[in-house]
Amino acid sequence: MILRLRNVGMHYGANQVLRNVTLSFKQGELVAIIGPNGAGKSTLLGIMAGLRSHFSGECWLQEKPLAKWPRRAFAQTVSVVPQLQPAEFPFSAEQVVLMGRMPFSDGMFESAADEAAVVHAMQITDTLQFRTRDFRTLSGGERQRVILASALAQSPKVLLLDEPTTFLDLQHQVSLYRLLRSLCRDGLLALSVTHDLNLAAAYADRIVILHNGAAVADGSPDEVIHNASIRTVFSTDVEIQTGPSGRPWIHYGR
Amino acid sequence: MAVKQVTARRVWTTSLLSLCTMLAAIAILPLIGSAHIDYGRAIAGQSPDAEILFGVRLPRVLLAMLTGGALAAAGVLFQALLRETLATPYTLGVSSGASLGAVVAICFGANQVWLASLAGAALTLFLVMAVASESRRLSSFTLLMAGITLNSICMALILFFQNFASFGQSFAIVRWLMGGIDAVPYATLAWLAAAVLPSVFYLFWKSREWNLLSMGEDWAAARGVSTSTLILSGYLIGSFLTGTVTALTGPIGFVGLIVPHAVRLTIGADHRLLIPASFFLGAAFLAICDTIARTILAPAEIPVGVITAILGGPFFIWMLRSRSKLH
Repeated sequence: MILRLRNVGMHYGANQVLRNVTLSFKQGELVAIIGPNGAGKSTLLGIMAGLRSHFSGECWLQEKPLAKWPRRAFAQTVSVVPQLQPAEFPFSAEQVVLMGRMPFSDGMFESAADEAAVVHAMQITDTLQFRTRDFRTLSGGERQRVILASALAQSPKVLLLDEPTTFLDLQHQVSLYRLLRSLCRDGLLALSVTHDLNLAAAYADRIVILHNGAAVADGSPDEVIHNASIRTVFSTDVEIQTGPSGRPWIHYGR
Repeated sequence: MAVKQVTARRVWTTSLLSLCTMLAAIAILPLIGSAHIDYGRAIAGQSPDAEILFGVRLPRVLLAMLTGGALAAAGVLFQALLRETLATPYTLGVSSGASLGAVVAICFGANQVWLASLAGAALTLFLVMAVASESRRLSSFTLLMAGITLNSICMALILFFQNFASFGQSFAIVRWLMGGIDAVPYATLAWLAAAVLPSVFYLFWKSREWNLLSMGEDWAAARGVSTSTLILSGYLIGSFLTGTVTALTGPIGFVGLIVPHAVRLTIGADHRLLIPASFFLGAAFLAICDTIARTILAPAEIPVGVITAILGGPFFIWMLRSRSKLH
Protein backbone atom coordinates (compact mmCIF):
# COMPACT_ATOMS: atom_id res chain seq x y z
CA MET A 1 0.00 0.00 0.00
CA ILE A 2 1.38 3.38 -0.94
CA LEU A 3 -1.09 5.47 1.09
CA ARG A 4 -2.93 4.41 4.22
CA LEU A 5 -5.27 6.16 6.66
CA ARG A 6 -6.43 4.74 9.97
CA ASN A 7 -9.20 6.32 12.07
CA VAL A 8 -8.52 9.75 10.62
CA GLY A 9 -10.66 12.50 12.08
CA MET A 10 -10.62 16.26 12.00
CA HIS A 11 -12.70 19.09 13.32
CA TYR A 12 -12.87 22.82 12.68
CA GLY A 13 -13.86 24.24 16.05
CA ALA A 14 -16.94 22.33 17.18
CA ASN A 15 -17.62 21.07 13.67
CA GLN A 16 -16.43 17.49 13.14
CA VAL A 17 -15.66 17.28 9.41
CA LEU A 18 -14.02 13.84 9.33
CA ARG A 19 -14.59 10.87 11.62
CA ASN A 20 -12.77 7.54 11.77
CA VAL A 21 -11.83 7.36 8.12
CA THR A 22 -9.87 4.19 7.42
CA LEU A 23 -8.78 3.69 3.82
CA SER A 24 -5.81 2.34 1.94
CA PHE A 25 -4.72 2.84 -1.62
CA LYS A 26 -2.25 1.01 -3.81
CA GLN A 27 -0.19 2.13 -6.77
CA GLY A 28 -1.86 2.11 -10.18
CA GLU A 29 -5.35 2.87 -8.87
CA LEU A 30 -7.63 5.62 -10.09
CA VAL A 31 -9.92 6.37 -7.17
CA ALA A 32 -12.84 8.80 -7.19
CA ILE A 33 -13.94 10.33 -3.91
CA ILE A 34 -17.54 11.48 -4.06
CA GLY A 35 -20.03 12.85 -1.59
CA PRO A 36 -22.27 15.83 -0.96
CA ASN A 37 -21.00 19.33 -0.19
CA GLY A 38 -19.41 19.51 3.24
CA ALA A 39 -18.82 15.75 3.43
CA GLY A 40 -15.11 16.31 4.17
CA LYS A 41 -13.69 15.40 0.75
CA SER A 42 -11.35 18.39 0.36
CA THR A 43 -10.26 18.14 4.00
CA LEU A 44 -9.39 14.48 3.49
CA LEU A 45 -7.43 15.38 0.37
CA GLY A 46 -5.65 18.17 2.28
CA ILE A 47 -4.60 15.69 4.99
CA MET A 48 -3.25 13.23 2.43
CA ALA A 49 -1.43 16.12 0.72
CA GLY A 50 0.33 16.97 3.99
CA LEU A 51 -1.32 20.40 4.05
CA ARG A 52 -3.52 19.85 7.14
CA SER A 53 -1.62 18.75 10.21
CA HIS A 54 -4.10 18.92 13.11
CA PHE A 55 -5.91 15.68 12.46
CA SER A 56 -6.44 12.68 14.70
CA GLY A 57 -5.65 9.12 13.67
CA GLU A 58 -2.79 8.07 11.45
CA CYS A 59 -1.82 8.58 7.85
CA TRP A 60 1.14 6.82 6.21
CA LEU A 61 2.78 7.34 2.87
CA GLN A 62 4.89 4.35 1.83
CA GLU A 63 4.53 2.99 5.39
CA LYS A 64 6.01 6.15 6.93
CA PRO A 65 3.84 8.57 8.95
CA LEU A 66 3.21 11.82 7.08
CA ALA A 67 4.71 13.90 9.90
CA LYS A 68 8.04 12.04 9.50
CA TRP A 69 8.38 13.00 5.83
CA PRO A 70 10.72 15.90 5.04
CA ARG A 71 8.69 18.48 3.11
CA ARG A 72 10.83 18.28 0.00
CA ALA A 73 10.95 14.47 -0.20
CA PHE A 74 7.18 14.40 0.31
CA ALA A 75 6.72 16.83 -2.61
CA GLN A 76 8.84 14.54 -4.80
CA THR A 77 6.27 11.81 -4.19
CA VAL A 78 2.89 13.53 -3.82
CA SER A 79 1.46 16.38 -5.88
CA VAL A 80 -1.84 18.23 -5.65
CA VAL A 81 -4.24 19.86 -8.09
CA PRO A 82 -6.28 22.33 -6.02
CA GLN A 83 -9.88 23.19 -6.68
CA LEU A 84 -9.04 26.81 -7.39
CA GLN A 85 -5.70 28.55 -7.75
CA PRO A 86 -5.86 32.34 -7.66
CA ALA A 87 -2.86 34.29 -8.98
CA GLU A 88 -2.01 37.87 -8.19
CA PHE A 89 1.20 38.25 -10.18
CA PRO A 90 1.96 38.00 -13.92
CA PHE A 91 3.65 34.60 -14.14
CA SER A 92 3.55 32.85 -17.52
CA ALA A 93 1.86 29.46 -17.82
CA GLU A 94 5.30 27.92 -18.28
CA GLN A 95 6.62 29.57 -15.11
CA VAL A 96 3.66 28.15 -13.19
CA VAL A 97 4.44 24.66 -14.53
CA LEU A 98 8.16 25.11 -13.80
CA MET A 99 7.27 25.70 -10.15
CA GLY A 100 6.41 22.00 -10.05
CA ARG A 101 10.11 21.22 -10.47
CA MET A 102 11.04 23.01 -7.25
CA PRO A 103 11.33 19.79 -5.17
CA PHE A 104 13.89 18.42 -7.61
CA SER A 105 16.14 21.37 -8.35
CA ASP A 106 18.79 23.07 -6.28
CA GLY A 107 20.20 26.48 -6.90
CA MET A 108 18.79 29.48 -8.67
CA PHE A 109 17.92 28.00 -12.05
CA GLU A 110 16.14 25.01 -13.53
CA SER A 111 18.14 22.28 -15.26
CA ALA A 112 17.66 20.87 -18.77
CA ALA A 113 15.93 17.87 -17.15
CA ASP A 114 13.48 20.26 -15.46
CA GLU A 115 12.78 21.96 -18.80
CA ALA A 116 12.19 18.58 -20.45
CA ALA A 117 9.78 17.51 -17.69
CA VAL A 118 7.87 20.79 -18.09
CA VAL A 119 7.57 20.46 -21.87
CA HIS A 120 6.32 16.87 -21.45
CA ALA A 121 3.77 17.88 -18.79
CA MET A 122 2.51 20.72 -20.98
CA GLN A 123 2.27 18.46 -24.02
CA ILE A 124 0.15 15.82 -22.32
CA THR A 125 -2.15 18.42 -20.80
CA ASP A 126 -2.53 20.30 -24.10
CA THR A 127 -1.16 23.54 -22.66
CA LEU A 128 2.04 24.02 -24.63
CA GLN A 129 0.39 26.45 -27.04
CA PHE A 130 -0.03 29.08 -24.33
CA ARG A 131 3.24 28.58 -22.49
CA THR A 132 4.18 32.28 -22.70
CA ARG A 133 0.68 33.60 -21.84
CA ASP A 134 0.08 35.40 -18.54
CA PHE A 135 -1.50 32.73 -16.31
CA ARG A 136 -4.06 35.25 -15.04
CA THR A 137 -5.43 35.87 -18.53
CA LEU A 138 -6.20 32.19 -19.22
CA SER A 139 -9.75 30.87 -19.05
CA GLY A 140 -10.78 28.78 -16.04
CA GLY A 141 -10.34 25.52 -17.97
CA GLU A 142 -6.98 26.55 -19.40
CA ARG A 143 -5.77 27.50 -15.92
CA GLN A 144 -6.93 24.18 -14.55
CA ARG A 145 -4.92 22.32 -17.20
CA VAL A 146 -1.83 24.42 -16.45
CA ILE A 147 -2.20 23.58 -12.75
CA LEU A 148 -2.50 19.90 -13.66
CA ALA A 149 0.66 20.25 -15.79
CA SER A 150 2.46 21.83 -12.81
CA ALA A 151 1.40 18.90 -10.59
CA LEU A 152 2.49 16.38 -13.23
CA ALA A 153 5.85 18.15 -13.65
CA GLN A 154 6.51 17.01 -10.06
CA SER A 155 6.68 13.44 -11.46
CA PRO A 156 4.47 12.24 -8.58
CA LYS A 157 3.77 8.71 -7.46
CA VAL A 158 0.54 9.98 -5.87
CA LEU A 159 -1.61 12.64 -7.54
CA LEU A 160 -4.40 14.25 -5.52
CA LEU A 161 -7.01 16.19 -7.50
CA ASP A 162 -9.74 18.36 -5.99
CA GLU A 163 -12.62 18.68 -8.44
CA PRO A 164 -10.25 18.81 -11.41
CA THR A 165 -12.98 19.00 -14.09
CA THR A 166 -14.86 21.98 -12.64
CA PHE A 167 -13.87 24.45 -15.36
CA LEU A 168 -13.16 21.98 -18.15
CA ASP A 169 -15.17 21.56 -21.34
CA LEU A 170 -16.42 18.10 -22.30
CA GLN A 171 -13.39 17.33 -24.48
CA HIS A 172 -10.92 18.20 -21.74
CA GLN A 173 -12.94 16.43 -19.02
CA VAL A 174 -12.72 13.21 -21.00
CA SER A 175 -9.06 13.87 -21.94
CA LEU A 176 -8.20 14.43 -18.28
CA TYR A 177 -9.66 11.12 -17.13
CA ARG A 178 -8.12 9.25 -20.08
CA LEU A 179 -4.77 10.80 -19.17
CA LEU A 180 -5.21 9.77 -15.53
CA ARG A 181 -6.05 6.21 -16.57
CA SER A 182 -2.99 6.07 -18.76
CA LEU A 183 -0.75 7.43 -15.97
CA CYS A 184 -2.26 4.94 -13.52
CA ARG A 185 -1.38 2.09 -15.86
CA ASP A 186 2.24 3.26 -15.40
CA GLY A 187 1.91 3.00 -11.61
CA LEU A 188 0.49 6.39 -10.51
CA LEU A 189 -2.05 6.46 -7.70
CA ALA A 190 -4.63 9.14 -8.60
CA LEU A 191 -7.27 10.23 -6.09
CA SER A 192 -9.84 12.57 -7.55
CA VAL A 193 -12.53 14.37 -5.58
CA THR A 194 -15.41 14.90 -7.96
CA HIS A 195 -19.10 15.74 -8.17
CA ASP A 196 -19.45 14.20 -11.63
CA LEU A 197 -20.73 10.74 -10.75
CA ASN A 198 -20.87 9.56 -14.36
CA LEU A 199 -17.25 10.48 -15.04
CA ALA A 200 -16.31 8.79 -11.78
CA ALA A 201 -18.29 5.67 -12.67
CA ALA A 202 -16.91 5.59 -16.21
CA TYR A 203 -13.21 5.97 -15.44
CA ALA A 204 -12.45 5.17 -11.79
CA ASP A 205 -11.27 1.73 -10.69
CA ARG A 206 -12.73 2.41 -7.29
CA ILE A 207 -15.12 4.88 -5.70
CA VAL A 208 -15.15 6.05 -2.09
CA ILE A 209 -18.28 7.77 -0.82
CA LEU A 210 -17.90 10.23 2.04
CA HIS A 211 -20.98 11.23 3.99
CA ASN A 212 -21.00 13.41 7.12
CA GLY A 213 -17.23 12.98 7.42
CA ALA A 214 -17.27 9.18 7.29
CA ALA A 215 -16.37 6.78 4.48
CA VAL A 216 -19.71 5.01 4.00
CA ALA A 217 -18.90 3.05 0.85
CA ASP A 218 -15.72 1.88 -0.84
CA GLY A 219 -15.54 -0.40 -3.84
CA SER A 220 -15.78 -0.71 -7.60
CA PRO A 221 -18.30 1.57 -9.36
CA ASP A 222 -20.72 -1.40 -9.69
CA GLU A 223 -20.58 -2.06 -5.97
CA VAL A 224 -20.89 1.54 -4.84
CA ILE A 225 -23.19 3.30 -7.31
CA HIS A 226 -26.72 2.07 -6.74
CA ASN A 227 -30.08 3.66 -5.94
CA ALA A 228 -29.87 3.11 -2.21
CA SER A 229 -26.41 4.65 -1.77
CA ILE A 230 -27.24 7.67 -3.93
CA ARG A 231 -30.56 8.24 -2.16
CA THR A 232 -28.98 7.95 1.30
CA VAL A 233 -26.00 10.16 0.58
CA PHE A 234 -27.39 12.76 -1.83
CA SER A 235 -31.08 12.62 -0.77
CA THR A 236 -32.01 12.38 -4.45
CA ASP A 237 -33.77 9.72 -6.50
CA VAL A 238 -32.00 8.87 -9.74
CA GLU A 239 -32.27 6.12 -12.32
CA ILE A 240 -29.19 3.98 -12.64
CA GLN A 241 -28.63 1.89 -15.75
CA THR A 242 -25.68 -0.01 -17.08
CA GLY A 243 -23.78 2.04 -19.66
CA PRO A 244 -22.27 0.71 -22.92
CA SER A 245 -18.98 0.01 -21.14
CA GLY A 246 -20.79 -2.13 -18.56
CA ARG A 247 -20.41 0.48 -15.84
CA PRO A 248 -23.23 2.26 -13.99
CA TRP A 249 -24.76 5.26 -15.74
CA ILE A 250 -26.86 7.73 -13.80
CA HIS A 251 -29.93 9.41 -15.32
CA TYR A 252 -30.99 12.39 -13.31
CA GLY A 253 -34.56 12.54 -14.66
CA ARG A 254 -36.63 15.73 -14.76
CA MET B 1 0.53 39.30 -23.46
CA ALA B 2 3.55 37.04 -23.80
CA VAL B 3 5.76 36.59 -20.74
CA LYS B 4 9.42 35.97 -21.53
CA GLN B 5 11.18 32.90 -20.20
CA VAL B 6 13.55 33.42 -17.27
CA THR B 7 17.08 32.24 -17.98
CA ALA B 8 20.35 32.73 -16.12
CA ARG B 9 21.51 34.99 -18.95
CA ARG B 10 18.38 37.14 -18.67
CA VAL B 11 18.75 37.45 -14.89
CA TRP B 12 22.37 38.56 -15.14
CA THR B 13 21.68 40.95 -18.06
CA THR B 14 18.75 42.57 -16.26
CA SER B 15 20.70 42.85 -13.02
CA LEU B 16 23.69 44.33 -14.82
CA LEU B 17 21.57 46.90 -16.68
CA SER B 18 19.87 47.99 -13.45
CA LEU B 19 23.23 48.13 -11.68
CA CYS B 20 24.58 50.35 -14.49
CA THR B 21 21.55 52.65 -14.07
CA MET B 22 22.33 52.95 -10.36
CA LEU B 23 26.03 53.57 -11.02
CA ALA B 24 25.13 56.26 -13.58
CA ALA B 25 22.97 57.90 -10.94
CA ILE B 26 25.86 57.81 -8.45
CA ALA B 27 28.11 59.44 -11.03
CA ILE B 28 25.70 62.16 -12.19
CA LEU B 29 23.52 63.14 -9.21
CA PRO B 30 26.27 64.51 -6.92
CA LEU B 31 27.12 67.02 -9.65
CA ILE B 32 23.62 68.53 -9.51
CA GLY B 33 23.02 71.32 -7.02
CA SER B 34 23.08 75.04 -6.44
CA ALA B 35 26.90 75.12 -6.31
CA HIS B 36 28.70 73.92 -9.43
CA ILE B 37 31.40 71.35 -8.68
CA ASP B 38 33.97 69.53 -10.78
CA TYR B 39 34.99 65.89 -10.22
CA GLY B 40 38.61 66.59 -11.13
CA ARG B 41 38.95 69.36 -8.56
CA ALA B 42 37.06 67.37 -5.93
CA ILE B 43 39.21 64.27 -6.38
CA ALA B 44 42.33 66.47 -6.26
CA GLY B 45 41.07 67.64 -2.87
CA GLN B 46 40.51 71.26 -3.93
CA SER B 47 38.16 73.34 -1.81
CA PRO B 48 35.19 73.74 -1.85
CA ASP B 49 34.51 71.01 -4.48
CA ALA B 50 35.96 68.22 -2.32
CA GLU B 51 33.96 69.28 0.76
CA ILE B 52 30.72 69.63 -1.20
CA LEU B 53 31.15 66.33 -3.04
CA PHE B 54 32.56 64.08 -0.32
CA GLY B 55 31.14 65.85 2.72
CA VAL B 56 27.59 66.61 1.59
CA ARG B 57 26.33 65.33 -1.74
CA LEU B 58 27.92 61.88 -2.10
CA PRO B 59 26.95 60.60 1.37
CA ARG B 60 23.46 61.94 0.80
CA VAL B 61 23.16 60.20 -2.57
CA LEU B 62 24.51 56.99 -1.04
CA LEU B 63 22.03 57.16 1.85
CA ALA B 64 19.18 57.74 -0.61
CA MET B 65 20.36 54.76 -2.64
CA LEU B 66 20.65 52.35 0.26
CA THR B 67 17.25 53.50 1.52
CA GLY B 68 15.54 53.35 -1.88
CA GLY B 69 17.04 49.95 -2.65
CA ALA B 70 16.09 48.53 0.74
CA LEU B 71 12.51 49.85 0.55
CA ALA B 72 12.01 48.58 -3.00
CA ALA B 73 13.36 45.12 -2.12
CA ALA B 74 11.23 45.04 1.04
CA GLY B 75 8.21 46.08 -1.06
CA VAL B 76 8.77 43.16 -3.44
CA LEU B 77 9.11 40.83 -0.47
CA PHE B 78 5.97 41.97 1.37
CA GLN B 79 3.91 41.82 -1.82
CA ALA B 80 4.98 38.18 -2.29
CA LEU B 81 4.56 37.36 1.39
CA LEU B 82 1.04 38.77 1.58
CA ARG B 83 0.11 37.94 -2.04
CA GLU B 84 -1.08 41.49 -2.37
CA THR B 85 0.17 43.84 -5.04
CA LEU B 86 -0.78 46.85 -2.91
CA ALA B 87 1.33 45.80 0.09
CA THR B 88 4.25 48.06 0.99
CA PRO B 89 7.16 47.81 3.45
CA TYR B 90 4.95 49.79 5.84
CA THR B 91 1.91 47.48 5.74
CA LEU B 92 3.05 45.30 8.65
CA GLY B 93 3.54 48.10 11.13
CA VAL B 94 7.32 48.22 11.56
CA SER B 95 7.65 51.75 10.19
CA SER B 96 4.86 52.95 12.50
CA GLY B 97 6.79 51.44 15.40
CA ALA B 98 9.93 53.22 14.17
CA SER B 99 7.97 56.47 13.90
CA LEU B 100 6.54 56.03 17.39
CA GLY B 101 10.05 55.52 18.77
CA ALA B 102 11.21 58.70 17.04
CA VAL B 103 8.18 60.67 18.25
CA VAL B 104 8.75 59.57 21.84
CA ALA B 105 12.43 60.56 21.56
CA ILE B 106 11.49 63.99 20.15
CA CYS B 107 8.87 64.56 22.87
CA PHE B 108 11.33 63.68 25.63
CA GLY B 109 14.16 65.70 24.09
CA ALA B 110 16.46 62.73 23.41
CA ASN B 111 19.34 63.32 21.01
CA GLN B 112 19.58 59.88 19.41
CA VAL B 113 16.23 59.91 17.61
CA TRP B 114 17.39 57.22 15.18
CA LEU B 115 18.25 54.88 18.04
CA ALA B 116 14.81 55.32 19.60
CA SER B 117 13.28 54.77 16.18
CA LEU B 118 15.24 51.54 15.73
CA ALA B 119 14.11 50.39 19.17
CA GLY B 120 10.48 51.22 18.27
CA ALA B 121 10.79 49.20 15.05
CA ALA B 122 12.28 46.22 16.91
CA LEU B 123 9.61 46.34 19.62
CA THR B 124 6.81 46.43 17.04
CA LEU B 125 8.40 43.58 15.12
CA PHE B 126 8.44 41.34 18.19
CA LEU B 127 4.90 42.36 19.20
CA VAL B 128 3.60 41.51 15.72
CA MET B 129 5.46 38.21 15.87
CA ALA B 130 4.04 37.41 19.31
CA VAL B 131 0.47 38.15 18.21
CA ALA B 132 0.80 36.39 14.84
CA SER B 133 2.39 33.27 16.36
CA GLU B 134 -0.49 32.79 18.78
CA SER B 135 -1.98 30.10 16.54
CA ARG B 136 1.41 28.25 16.55
CA ARG B 137 1.66 28.21 12.75
CA LEU B 138 2.72 31.53 11.25
CA SER B 139 0.67 32.40 8.18
CA SER B 140 0.51 35.45 5.94
CA PHE B 141 -3.05 36.12 7.12
CA THR B 142 -2.25 36.21 10.85
CA LEU B 143 0.82 38.33 10.09
CA LEU B 144 -1.26 40.80 8.10
CA MET B 145 -3.94 41.06 10.79
CA ALA B 146 -1.37 41.50 13.57
CA GLY B 147 0.61 44.02 11.49
CA ILE B 148 -2.41 46.16 10.63
CA THR B 149 -3.58 46.14 14.26
CA LEU B 150 -0.17 47.16 15.63
CA ASN B 151 0.08 49.77 12.86
CA SER B 152 -3.18 51.37 14.02
CA ILE B 153 -2.12 51.30 17.69
CA CYS B 154 1.23 52.95 16.88
CA MET B 155 -0.46 55.63 14.76
CA ALA B 156 -2.89 56.34 17.61
CA LEU B 157 0.00 56.64 20.08
CA ILE B 158 1.83 59.01 17.71
CA LEU B 159 -1.26 61.25 17.67
CA PHE B 160 -1.47 60.98 21.45
CA PHE B 161 2.12 62.18 21.94
CA GLN B 162 1.77 64.85 19.28
CA ASN B 163 -1.31 66.17 21.06
CA PHE B 164 0.77 66.98 24.13
CA ALA B 165 3.92 68.10 22.30
CA SER B 166 5.09 71.72 22.24
CA PHE B 167 4.92 73.71 19.00
CA GLY B 168 8.59 73.06 18.28
CA GLN B 169 8.33 69.37 19.08
CA SER B 170 5.19 69.11 16.98
CA PHE B 171 7.02 70.65 14.00
CA ALA B 172 9.93 68.24 14.51
CA ILE B 173 7.50 65.31 14.62
CA VAL B 174 5.73 66.35 11.41
CA ARG B 175 9.08 66.93 9.72
CA TRP B 176 10.30 63.48 10.78
CA LEU B 177 7.10 61.79 9.62
CA MET B 178 7.50 63.38 6.17
CA GLY B 179 10.73 61.47 5.70
CA GLY B 180 13.95 63.05 4.55
CA ILE B 181 17.48 62.29 3.45
CA ASP B 182 20.42 64.07 5.06
CA ALA B 183 24.15 63.70 4.72
CA VAL B 184 25.35 61.15 7.26
CA PRO B 185 28.88 60.09 8.29
CA TYR B 186 30.52 57.40 6.16
CA ALA B 187 30.66 55.13 9.21
CA THR B 188 26.84 55.23 9.35
CA LEU B 189 26.68 54.44 5.65
CA ALA B 190 29.06 51.54 6.18
CA TRP B 191 26.94 49.87 8.87
CA LEU B 192 23.80 50.57 6.89
CA ALA B 193 25.35 48.88 3.86
CA ALA B 194 26.45 45.98 6.08
CA ALA B 195 22.81 45.58 7.16
CA VAL B 196 21.12 46.12 3.81
CA LEU B 197 23.32 44.32 1.27
CA PRO B 198 23.44 40.84 2.91
CA SER B 199 19.69 41.05 3.59
CA VAL B 200 18.93 41.82 -0.06
CA PHE B 201 21.29 39.07 -1.16
CA TYR B 202 19.39 36.63 1.09
CA LEU B 203 16.11 37.70 -0.52
CA PHE B 204 17.63 37.18 -3.98
CA TRP B 205 18.95 33.76 -2.98
CA LYS B 206 15.44 32.72 -1.92
CA SER B 207 13.86 34.08 -5.12
CA ARG B 208 12.36 30.82 -6.33
CA GLU B 209 10.71 30.27 -2.98
CA TRP B 210 9.15 33.75 -3.07
CA ASN B 211 7.81 32.84 -6.53
CA LEU B 212 6.02 29.86 -5.03
CA LEU B 213 4.82 31.69 -1.93
CA SER B 214 3.38 34.48 -4.07
CA MET B 215 1.04 31.84 -5.58
CA GLY B 216 -0.18 30.73 -2.14
CA GLU B 217 0.95 28.96 1.01
CA ASP B 218 -0.58 25.59 0.05
CA TRP B 219 0.87 25.94 -3.45
CA ALA B 220 4.36 26.46 -2.00
CA ALA B 221 3.99 23.75 0.66
CA ALA B 222 2.83 21.23 -1.97
CA ARG B 223 6.08 21.93 -3.84
CA GLY B 224 8.34 21.23 -0.89
CA VAL B 225 8.68 24.67 0.70
CA SER B 226 8.54 24.98 4.51
CA THR B 227 6.16 27.91 4.41
CA SER B 228 6.15 28.84 8.12
CA THR B 229 9.95 29.13 8.17
CA LEU B 230 9.97 31.05 4.91
CA ILE B 231 7.27 33.49 6.05
CA LEU B 232 9.10 34.00 9.35
CA SER B 233 12.46 34.66 7.68
CA GLY B 234 10.82 36.95 5.10
CA TYR B 235 9.02 38.94 7.77
CA LEU B 236 12.17 39.31 9.89
CA ILE B 237 14.40 40.33 6.97
CA GLY B 238 11.79 42.68 5.44
CA SER B 239 11.13 44.32 8.80
CA PHE B 240 14.85 44.58 9.52
CA LEU B 241 15.41 46.36 6.19
CA THR B 242 12.44 48.66 6.69
CA GLY B 243 13.14 49.43 10.34
CA THR B 244 16.83 50.13 9.74
CA VAL B 245 16.38 52.62 6.92
CA THR B 246 13.31 54.21 8.49
CA ALA B 247 15.32 54.90 11.65
CA LEU B 248 17.71 57.04 9.59
CA THR B 249 15.34 58.71 7.13
CA GLY B 250 11.83 58.54 8.56
CA PRO B 251 9.06 56.90 6.57
CA ILE B 252 9.36 57.55 2.83
CA GLY B 253 6.21 56.45 1.08
CA PHE B 254 5.56 54.92 -2.32
CA VAL B 255 9.13 53.77 -3.13
CA GLY B 256 8.26 50.25 -1.99
CA LEU B 257 5.12 50.35 -4.12
CA ILE B 258 6.08 52.23 -7.28
CA VAL B 259 9.39 50.55 -8.01
CA PRO B 260 8.32 46.89 -7.63
CA HIS B 261 5.25 47.53 -9.78
CA ALA B 262 7.07 49.39 -12.50
CA VAL B 263 9.72 46.65 -12.62
CA ARG B 264 7.11 43.87 -12.54
CA LEU B 265 5.20 45.47 -15.42
CA THR B 266 8.43 45.66 -17.43
CA ILE B 267 10.16 42.34 -16.75
CA GLY B 268 7.55 40.08 -15.15
CA ALA B 269 6.91 38.55 -11.75
CA ASP B 270 9.87 36.20 -11.33
CA HIS B 271 11.73 37.24 -8.18
CA ARG B 272 15.10 36.28 -9.67
CA LEU B 273 14.63 39.31 -11.93
CA LEU B 274 12.45 41.38 -9.66
CA ILE B 275 14.61 41.56 -6.53
CA PRO B 276 17.94 42.73 -8.02
CA ALA B 277 16.25 45.04 -10.55
CA SER B 278 13.98 46.58 -7.89
CA PHE B 279 16.92 47.06 -5.52
CA PHE B 280 19.15 48.85 -8.05
CA LEU B 281 16.32 50.85 -9.66
CA GLY B 282 14.77 51.70 -6.28
CA ALA B 283 18.18 53.03 -5.26
CA ALA B 284 18.39 55.18 -8.40
CA PHE B 285 14.76 56.32 -8.07
CA LEU B 286 15.05 57.60 -4.51
CA ALA B 287 18.39 59.28 -5.24
CA ILE B 288 16.78 61.10 -8.20
CA CYS B 289 13.74 62.08 -6.07
CA ASP B 290 16.08 63.39 -3.37
CA THR B 291 18.04 65.40 -5.92
CA ILE B 292 14.76 66.95 -7.10
CA ALA B 293 13.78 67.58 -3.47
CA ARG B 294 16.96 69.50 -2.70
CA THR B 295 17.19 71.46 -5.97
CA ILE B 296 13.70 72.26 -7.26
CA LEU B 297 13.07 75.10 -4.77
CA ALA B 298 16.72 75.70 -3.84
CA PRO B 299 17.93 76.97 -1.47
CA ALA B 300 14.81 75.61 0.31
CA GLU B 301 14.50 71.82 0.50
CA ILE B 302 11.36 69.74 0.19
CA PRO B 303 11.15 66.48 2.19
CA VAL B 304 11.83 63.66 -0.23
CA GLY B 305 8.67 61.88 0.98
CA VAL B 306 6.67 64.70 -0.63
CA ILE B 307 8.34 64.13 -4.03
CA THR B 308 7.89 60.33 -3.92
CA ALA B 309 4.24 60.80 -2.92
CA ILE B 310 3.58 63.36 -5.68
CA LEU B 311 5.07 60.97 -8.22
CA GLY B 312 3.61 57.91 -6.52
CA GLY B 313 0.01 59.10 -6.11
CA PRO B 314 -0.84 59.34 -9.83
CA PHE B 315 1.07 56.11 -10.46
CA PHE B 316 -0.95 54.36 -7.78
CA ILE B 317 -4.24 55.50 -9.34
CA TRP B 318 -3.06 54.38 -12.79
CA MET B 319 -2.07 51.01 -11.35
CA LEU B 320 -5.44 50.54 -9.68
CA ARG B 321 -7.19 51.34 -12.97
CA SER B 322 -5.12 48.94 -15.03
CA ARG B 323 -5.57 46.25 -12.35
CA SER B 324 -9.35 46.60 -12.42
CA LYS B 325 -9.29 46.37 -16.24
CA LEU B 326 -7.28 43.14 -16.07
CA HIS B 327 -9.64 41.52 -13.57
